[in-house]
Amino acid sequence: MSKVIKIRKGLDIKLKGTADKIISKAEPAFSYAVKPIDFPGITPRLAARPDDKVKAGSVLFFDKLRPEIKFTSPVSGVVKAVNRGERRRILEVVVESDGKNESLDFKAGDPNDLSREEVRQKILDAGLWPAIRQRPYAVIARHRNEPKAIFISGFDTSPLAPDMDYIIKGQNSFFQTGINALKKLTRGEVHLSLNSAYPPSDVFTGARGVRIHYFKGPHPAGNPGIQIHHIDPVNKGDMVWYVQPQEVIMIGRLFETGKYDASRTIALTGSEVKKPRYYKVISGTSIESLVAGNVNGGNLRYISGNALTGTRINKIGYLGYYDSQLTVLPEGDHYEMFGWIAPGFRKFSNSHSFPTWLSPGKEYRIDTNLKGGVRPFVLTGDYEKVLPMNIYPMQLLKSILVDDIDKMEALGIYEVGEEDFALCEFVCTSKIEIQSIIRQGIDLMIKELE
Amino acid sequence: MNSLRRFVDKIKPNFEKGGRFAYLQSTFEAFETFLFVPDTVTKKGVHIRDAMDMKRTMIVVVIALLPALLFGMWNTGFQNSLAIGIERALLENFWFGFLKVFPILVVSYVVGLGTEFIFAQIRGHEVNEGYLVSGILIPMVLPVDIPLWMVAVATIFAVIIGKEVFGGTGMNILNPALTARAFLFFAYPTHMSGDLVWIKGLMKGEGIIDGFSGATALGQAAIMEPILNTSGNAMSAMDMFIGTIPGSIGETSGLAILIGALFLVFTGVGSWKIMLSVFAGGAFMGLILNAFGENALMDIPFWHHLMLGGFAFGAVFMATDPVSAAQTGRGKWIYGFLIGFMAIIIRVLNPAFPEGVMLAILLMNVFAPLIDHYVIESHIKRRLRRARVSTNENSI
Repeated sequence: MSKVIKIRKGLDIKLKGTADKIISKAEPAFSYAVKPIDFPGITPRLAARPDDKVKAGSVLFFDKLRPEIKFTSPVSGVVKAVNRGERRRILEVVVESDGKNESLDFKAGDPNDLSREEVRQKILDAGLWPAIRQRPYAVIARHRNEPKAIFISGFDTSPLAPDMDYIIKGQNSFFQTGINALKKLTRGEVHLSLNSAYPPSDVFTGARGVRIHYFKGPHPAGNPGIQIHHIDPVNKGDMVWYVQPQEVIMIGRLFETGKYDASRTIALTGSEVKKPRYYKVISGTSIESLVAGNVNGGNLRYISGNALTGTRINKIGYLGYYDSQLTVLPEGDHYEMFGWIAPGFRKFSNSHSFPTWLSPGKEYRIDTNLKGGVRPFVLTGDYEKVLPMNIYPMQLLKSILVDDIDKMEALGIYEVGEEDFALCEFVCTSKIEIQSIIRQGIDLMIKELE
Repeated sequence: MNSLRRFVDKIKPNFEKGGRFAYLQSTFEAFETFLFVPDTVTKKGVHIRDAMDMKRTMIVVVIALLPALLFGMWNTGFQNSLAIGIERALLENFWFGFLKVFPILVVSYVVGLGTEFIFAQIRGHEVNEGYLVSGILIPMVLPVDIPLWMVAVATIFAVIIGKEVFGGTGMNILNPALTARAFLFFAYPTHMSGDLVWIKGLMKGEGIIDGFSGATALGQAAIMEPILNTSGNAMSAMDMFIGTIPGSIGETSGLAILIGALFLVFTGVGSWKIMLSVFAGGAFMGLILNAFGENALMDIPFWHHLMLGGFAFGAVFMATDPVSAAQTGRGKWIYGFLIGFMAIIIRVLNPAFPEGVMLAILLMNVFAPLIDHYVIESHIKRRLRRARVSTNENSI
């Protein structure tokens, strides 16, 4: 085993409702959606209209600025609706499945025999390019550039995260083909990061053509942003790409079968789920059949993704493009008398002013209450405890708030994505929305520099 | 609880937009959030939040201050009993002190919070919790014989000039409680320094036994007299540590402050880096002065300095104020060290200002942004160097 990279700063939030390692069958969902809001920085242009017949891989919309980047239907069927929000912004394009799951034929081909150009084109055509993201900016990879390296994080440390080794079991061949395809896209290395806490799956350890790194430590050790920072950091002018394991497998399947097969295994988690388990679904599925009859009563929050970075959806909403997890938590829309002074034995806090530290193994049922009022920055040093990067978080945030581009650049805006700051937001005593400040800064950088 | 909640819900519409008392909205909100953690839920970003909030943070500091405050009340009674030459039981001393200190506390809180509420009202923002701490800090750094109207004037000055003109909690440059003390120190020096102010009743001189001196250790050393305690014996290190000496209400007991410091460090609310470095800076300067030892002040053993006057209190409760202190980890070390260093210099080399700690902290409050600036600049330089190294590697 190579040298283990130890992450000391961070925080594991222990929630109730880890998924049991059982793959359940759910009634296949009737409707699916692709949501432009999953992809920061794109401007969607529709390519399909309601009532159009589509197959898996048919283009639903594309990016106005980079029309080669297409977003395709995960299933075959009929385009049902284009749901819009404020100012007619497209929120989701809904496809009603015909249950046949027919895919357009993108032609199978061994990536080793294809040119870089052909590999790239195939991924773009099938609508899998958005699976590849880049730093700087944590957006869809700019396909015309070549990255200095590609990173795959083989584990997820976020709250109630699915066990990556479990959900990719038996996909050795697809994973390897996916790696081979990615290797064509860069002359640099493909880095695969694994958790040293347990022996990883042979899908990972047996992969050829990758450089394996081992990490040890609390969340956010599993974030690609943190791993990139410790392996091969992004400086000004650099670009690296990163892909999640399940999407590597989808890319592999595309090359082996010629089909766009967006099926993936997801974890249904959270304290309000009666039977938290794994499910085999197709990306973008409606969650209706997963949660119906499987959740507790009361006012609930459905989150596509994890409790820190996920997107809020409703109980008939759709799973996000990148998400392998669905979390159901209680809403916190209730008052609590003298909550700020009571000892708080059932509350979770990174601060020792709550008795969390007395029972380190305990799992908590945390609701979505803000737990305080929004205040200006007051305390210092708290963000630093949960951000394992050589970055001054508060100073970076303040430079974003005053639109100081030079300072943002100097303080490391190129290295960060909002997910890396999710824990800072979680522990923030002033209840500031830090992730959206980071995205605001990134948006400004893109606007000014590109 | 439910009936109280129902009552609050019933009267709430009156204070909302369009209600009869809409102009009192932020006042109502302050009381409501004092009673109940509000029902707001997360909207964007993280869906769950740490249970820690600003109110909890402030209450932790208040709890950390309680040992020193309670001891201060007892010591007020104890010093008075020595001055008038009677014996009192422990609780009697405490009760005597409580009656003297409590009015100061009440004035500080009522006047300070009143000013805060008015400002929140005018500005239309929520009332900030910051004053929960300032309100208890201000009485603790004052001599017990201070007239109440002075407390009120200083409090108003501190809240307005020290905090609100900059935009409220989180925006201020100087520590508000020290601003109050500095204001009194320079505006009414006769009530803030000398031998008479530290013990209740000494200023009016009623019933004081002949020859009794209420001078503080630093006051005595400054006029080159041997340091005696109020019983007339040489002041021992134990007196200083336990705190049975004259001084401001909350500052005398090293032990009580130590308990508070441990609590602050354990909960993570107070910065151990700042506390440790203030003591290190003070000890370092104390050692240098000991090496010269030209006069009685310079001869005070360096470790006595750390227990005398407001040094420990300032290090633990004042220097660590996160808003006015340095904000970077490295900056905190420098900031703290310089506070300790400067405090002892001022105290010893300028005997007119035995309260060097207050001035040192205020001075470093002003310099904290500069310290942070240089820490950040060097951080940026290191990041640039990293970038250069990696481009060189790539070009090879």
